[in-house]
Order: sequence, then structure tokens, then C-alpha cells
Amino acid sequence: MLLLLALFTWPAFAVEPREMLTDPALEARAREIGRTLRCVVCQNQAIDDSSAEVAHDMRRAVRERLVAGDSDAAVYEFMVARYGDYVLLKPPFKAGTLLLWLGGPLVLLIAGAALLVAARRRRAVPIPATEPLSAEEQRRLDALLGR
Amino acid sequence: MIPELGHFALILALAVAVVQATLPLVGASRGDVRLMMLGRTAALTQAFLVVLAFGALTQCYVTSDFSVANVVANSHSAKPLIYKISGVWGNHEGSMLLWALILSLFGAAVAIFGDNLPDSLRSRVLSVQAAIGIGFLAFLLFTSNPFERLSPVPLDGNGLNPLLQDPGLAFHPPILYLGYVGLSVTFSFAIAALLEGRVDPAWARWVRPWTLAAWCFLTLGIALGSWWAYYILGWGGFWFWDPVENASLMPWLAATALLHSAIVVEKRDALKSWTVLLAILAFSLSLLGTFLVRSGVLTSVHAFAQDPARGLFILCFLLGVTGGGLALYAWRAPTLQPGGLFQPISREGALILNNLLLCTLAATVLLGTLYPLFLDLVTGNKVSVGPPFFNATFVPICAPLFAALAVGPFLGWKRAEIGPALLRLRIAFAVSIVAAIVAAVAIDGRATLAALAFGFGVWLIMASLSEFVGRVRRGRLSTMPRAAIGMTISHAALGVVVLGCVGTGAWNTELIRTVKAGERISFLGYELTLDKVEALRGANYIADRATLSVTVGGKPYTTLTPERRMFITPRRQVAETSIHTNLLRDLYATLGEGDATQGWVIRLYLNPLAPWIWLGAAMCAFGGFVSLSDRRLRIGAPRRTRPMAQPAE
Repeated sequence: MLLLLALFTWPAFAVEPREMLTDPALEARAREIGRTLRCVVCQNQAIDDSSAEVAHDMRRAVRERLVAGDSDAAVYEFMVARYGDYVLLKPPFKAGTLLLWLGGPLVLLIAGAALLVAARRRRAVPIPATEPLSAEEQRRLDALLGR
Repeated sequence: MIPELGHFALILALAVAVVQATLPLVGASRGDVRLMMLGRTAALTQAFLVVLAFGALTQCYVTSDFSVANVVANSHSAKPLIYKISGVWGNHEGSMLLWALILSLFGAAVAIFGDNLPDSLRSRVLSVQAAIGIGFLAFLLFTSNPFERLSPVPLDGNGLNPLLQDPGLAFHPPILYLGYVGLSVTFSFAIAALLEGRVDPAWARWVRPWTLAAWCFLTLGIALGSWWAYYILGWGGFWFWDPVENASLMPWLAATALLHSAIVVEKRDALKSWTVLLAILAFSLSLLGTFLVRSGVLTSVHAFAQDPARGLFILCFLLGVTGGGLALYAWRAPTLQPGGLFQPISREGALILNNLLLCTLAATVLLGTLYPLFLDLVTGNKVSVGPPFFNATFVPICAPLFAALAVGPFLGWKRAEIGPALLRLRIAFAVSIVAAIVAAVAIDGRATLAALAFGFGVWLIMASLSEFVGRVRRGRLSTMPRAAIGMTISHAALGVVVLGCVGTGAWNTELIRTVKAGERISFLGYELTLDKVEALRGANYIADRATLSVTVGGKPYTTLTPERRMFITPRRQVAETSIHTNLLRDLYATLGEGDATQGWVIRLYLNPLAPWIWLGAAMCAFGGFVSLSDRRLRIGAPRRTRPMAQPAE
């Protein structure tokens, strides 16, 4: 837990008023995008949450593209072209990330299937009659029941 | 001399741990009572010695003994006393000593409260516990000695990271460690059971209080960390899916699964093999968490390779414990007799579904946390896995979990009907549908996932209440076991947490504005005026403090005083947020850059239901403690009347 601190080596002042766009709709889109882009010098921080110089530049780049009329997808493309897939906090679905994306569902499927098979097999086996109580056990049961 | 005493105590503790890890084990397999009894004495002695070492280090910190390198690196004479004490575990060496301390205290607790355990089981548990202790004590002595001296002695220390100088974080590590390390007891019980070759309801009952206590502390520790992040980081987030957070979430998920599967062992003598495996995995995830945080592997795979001694040690230890545990499991588990039979639709079936989903969640977090490391190591490609990934993969699996969680308690053991259970949930179902629709219409204006999640939160609370009311109606309140009451509290609390997360995560409002003194801001019906920004001096920092007076409808409402602190040693700026809560929402303000002429950057957030996240988490842990006070755990398990099984060879 203490290492949490190492992650926030920058004081946590993120988006600054001077960099915000005047058009609230565009600014909202910029924030939406900013939450999913990684500040490339920080550890697991989105550019919106980081006050690193690079994050500041990246936020400005996003806004410049939006003002220039780019769609959200075009902005992502632009950032990926500049910084690589590394910049996306939600990694793209491709060969290298197949296991990452499908690992969880795969665990669920395999374990679920195994459980179903086990349940079916169990149903096939008749439930054996329980062993009758021994005389000693019957005596203790009677004593417990107050008979 | 005090540091040397501490160092010496630590060495003795290691020697005692070696004895404790071997002789009682031999005694248990030979049936030698004298050797078995040694375990208890050794556990108490070891705990005493580690307490001595920990006390010695604390003394060095309190008196600011700057001849000790660790104190120089992490303390400063001007620090308030509480942070001198919390500084003991606010660094690598000290926090590992805390690990070892809690580990040995748990060992001593087993020795003291384990009167109702069979001698052989207790000695084996204590031996395994000591074997883990050897790992940590050796790690401390050979790679991370907290008592190393320094010459020449510097005049003052470097100071503690200012982010750590906070009441919330001062007590976060000990509580979290109580959870992490508490799982070691469960692990020891699992290994001991494998050695004994028997797992039965009595075993499950002995293990339950330890698992439950560890789980409660883990819950509290995670909540405390999240709360700290919420108020210190200055932008209202509460969970970041950061690897360090994930490191504590994974054992929590596994421990939650374990808590539930152990119930099946206790009540129905089934799922034994799986429960033992889960106990091994839960502690392995604890160790993995420690490895991730302590080895520096998170910063970069390469940083880890540059200073390999510590990381390598923990990695080998992790592999040894996990690998050894799993190997023993593979060898011995087939000898465990499968027990009670049941139909898929039954309480057992519901608890298996719970385990399936919780383990999937844990696997998802594990993949997301380790995948970037592996990809980098194997292909050199860098990839980021952040909150959007987890929102897309983790959250969807919660939906079936929450849906089933509500139904499970209505199902009977062995075989049950799903129809009557659903019928008894009809009111809860109707209320949560209405809640989701109201949320969608009134707050979002359209159907959203947030509204759906809100409905799920209400569903959890209502379903738990329905179950409770059902019991009361049937006149069973007076005889209701505390464990059942605890379950109701914890399940409902989960709903409260969900509501808090939805409110804060989806429905918060933000305002970032540059404001000059005397200027007014309107924010969702609140009128805020920046009265002044003044400079002030703390014990070891200087600060700017803004005074924001808040009025509602012209009437004074509250005053917010966010600060921006600059710590002197080490030099670092920290935001001190100011939060006004009415338990339904937080009004949250931070002070950013600025000066008198330009104005100051003020950030305001309105976070609906935010306090519920931590109130819910506290309630969840409280439910655990209520269950812990259950009578059956206090009186212990009934004595075995049949002769003991042959000990393992």
C-alpha cells in the first residue's frame, strides 16, 4: 500500500482552468477521452488526473484535435500514432491482448462447464442409502432426545 | 544499544522459528507429546522476541535516534509524535517487520486460543506458521535489516513522505496487514489438514474465526486506503484499479470465496478439497500482493532486475510457499473423502456459484494486474491496463454475482426449489426495478448502466431485509444465530457500497474555476464565496489556506477550508481537501495553484452518496465481527468421539 505513494509523485492538480475549452460540449468530450488516456510518464494515471508536464501537453493535444473537428475515434488514432497502444488505458483487442481480454470469461466457462459435468455425473450415481446407526450411536441419540 | 537489542531479538526469533517449524512437526508424526507441546512455547517465545524487536525500532523512531539508518531515511525530529510512530511501518524495512510481528502474534494467538484443537493439528499449524515466519525473518535479517547503524550520525533525518503524514494512512498498513497475515493462519490450517489427511466439519469450524477475522480486517484496510485516496488526491476518485490496490483486492476476493465455501464444509461436509485449495490460494495472493508492492516490480520490470536481492528473495519465497502448498495439495487432496451430496439447485449450489464468480473476478484482476508485466517481459511490448479495462471486464461479472447473492440465502441445503425463493423476493424485485427506473428517469434522463447498477444496489439491500424479515415473521429472531445476523448485515452493506460507488462514480458534478478573493461561485444551489487565502505554518510544513463560506438560499450553511501544504523535509506539495458531508452527499473542495492577483484555482465536487462507500464497507466488516461473536465459535467444536485418524507418514 505504501507504494501507492510512489505513484503520485506529482501533486495531484490535474486539469487546469486555463487549458479548458469554452465550449462545454467539446470540453465534456475532452474529459471523457482524457479519462481513458494514460499519462506516459506516470504510473497508471490518466492524463486527466495527472499534473505532469507531459499530461498537460497531452490534454492540450486532445483539445486541439477536438477543436479542429476530429471525431473521438480520430483523436484516439492520433494519440496512438504518437505514443503507441501504451497510451490507451483500455488496451485494444488484438493478438497480443487476446489472453488479457478472454482470460476471465475463459475461467468462467471452463470452471462452469466442469461443474455442470460434475453435477450431471453426480446425478447419474444414485445417492447411496445412509449407513444405519450403530447400537452405540442409537443409544447416544436416544439420550440426547431425552428418550 | 537499543537497536542492537532489537537486532539480537530478531536473530533469536529466527532461531526459535526454526525450532518451531521442525520439532513439533516431528512430534506430530511420531505422536510425541513433548515435542508437540514445544510448539506452543516456541510460538509464544517467538512472538515475545519479535515484539521486543518491534518495540526497539519504535523506540528509535520516538526518540529520533539518527544513528539508525532507517530512522534517518524516514523520520525527522520536527514530525508530530503520531507520525514518528507510524513512520516505523511507513517504509520497506519497518513494514516487513510489522508483517513478521503480526505473523508471530497470530501464531501466539493460535497457541493461546487453540486449546480445543487436537494436539497434532495444533502443532502442525504452529509449525507451518513458523515456516512462513522463517521466510520473513530471514528476509529482514539478510536483505532489509531495519537496525543498521550509520556513521557519522547526521544532525537530522530526511523526513517521512508527507502523503503518509495523515491519520487515515497512519493506521492503514497495520489494519491491512492484520488481514493479509491473518490469511496465513488459514493457510497453516489447510497445510496441517493435508498433512493430517483429514478435513471435516470440525476443521472448518476451527478455521472459520481466523478466516473471518482476517476478512474483516482486510475489508477495513481496503476501505481505509480507498477513503484516504478519496480525500487526499484532491479530485474525488475513490478506486483507481491501481496494481497496488488490486494487490489487496485479490486476496479479499479469494478470502470472501473461502469464507463461503468453508460454510459448506462445516454444515454439509462437502467441497472439502476445493476449500483447502482456496485457503492455499488466498494466502498465496496475499504474498503475491506483498511481492508486487515490495519488490518494485510494478514500477518497471527492469527496476526489479536492477536491485534483485529483495525482489528475488520474495519471489522465491512466494514460489516456495505457493508451489509447496499446491504440490502438497496435489499429493494429498485425492485422499480426502468427498462428503455430503446435493442437487445443483440448493444452498450448496448457490455457494458454489458464489465461488465460481468470485474466483472469476479474482482471476480477472490478476490477469489485468500481471498482464502488462508478462507482455513486457516476453515480447517487450508495453500495454496499459487501467480503469476502463476493469470497468468492461470486472463489473459485468458482478451482475450475476449480485443477482445470485440475493437468492442464495432463501435456498435450503441439499435440494431446493427456485420458485418459492423467487416468490419471496417479489417485493425486493419490484422495489429495485422501480428504483432503477426512477434513477434512469430522474437523474440520467435515459436508460443507463448507472441506473441499472443503482437498481442492483437496492436489490441487495431489499433482498437481505426480506430474508431477515422472513425469519422474524416466523418468530425465529430470538434463536437466530449471530452468524445469520452478520450475514444479513454484510450482504445489505454490499448494497450500500454499490449505491455509494454509483452515486460518486456516475453522478458526481465537477467545477474547476479560477477565483479571486471576494468572488462568488454558484454550484448546484450552493453559493460559495472565497473570503480569503492566508498563509500559515504547521509543525513541519507551510500552507496556503482558503476560506470558502457557503450559503444556501442566502443563509449561512458551512465553511470549507481547503489547504495546499508544502512540506519542508522532504519538499513536497500536498493538497488538503475540505469536505462537508451530510451522509447523503459530499461537498468537496480543493485549493490549487494561484496567487492574489491572478486568483486561485478552486475545484469543487458534489459527490452524491459518497460516504456510503465507506460506511457500507465498515458495516460489511461489522457484519463479519457480529458473525465472529457467534456462540458456536466461542464454545468451539464438539469433541470427536471416534478415534483419531492415523497421522500422515
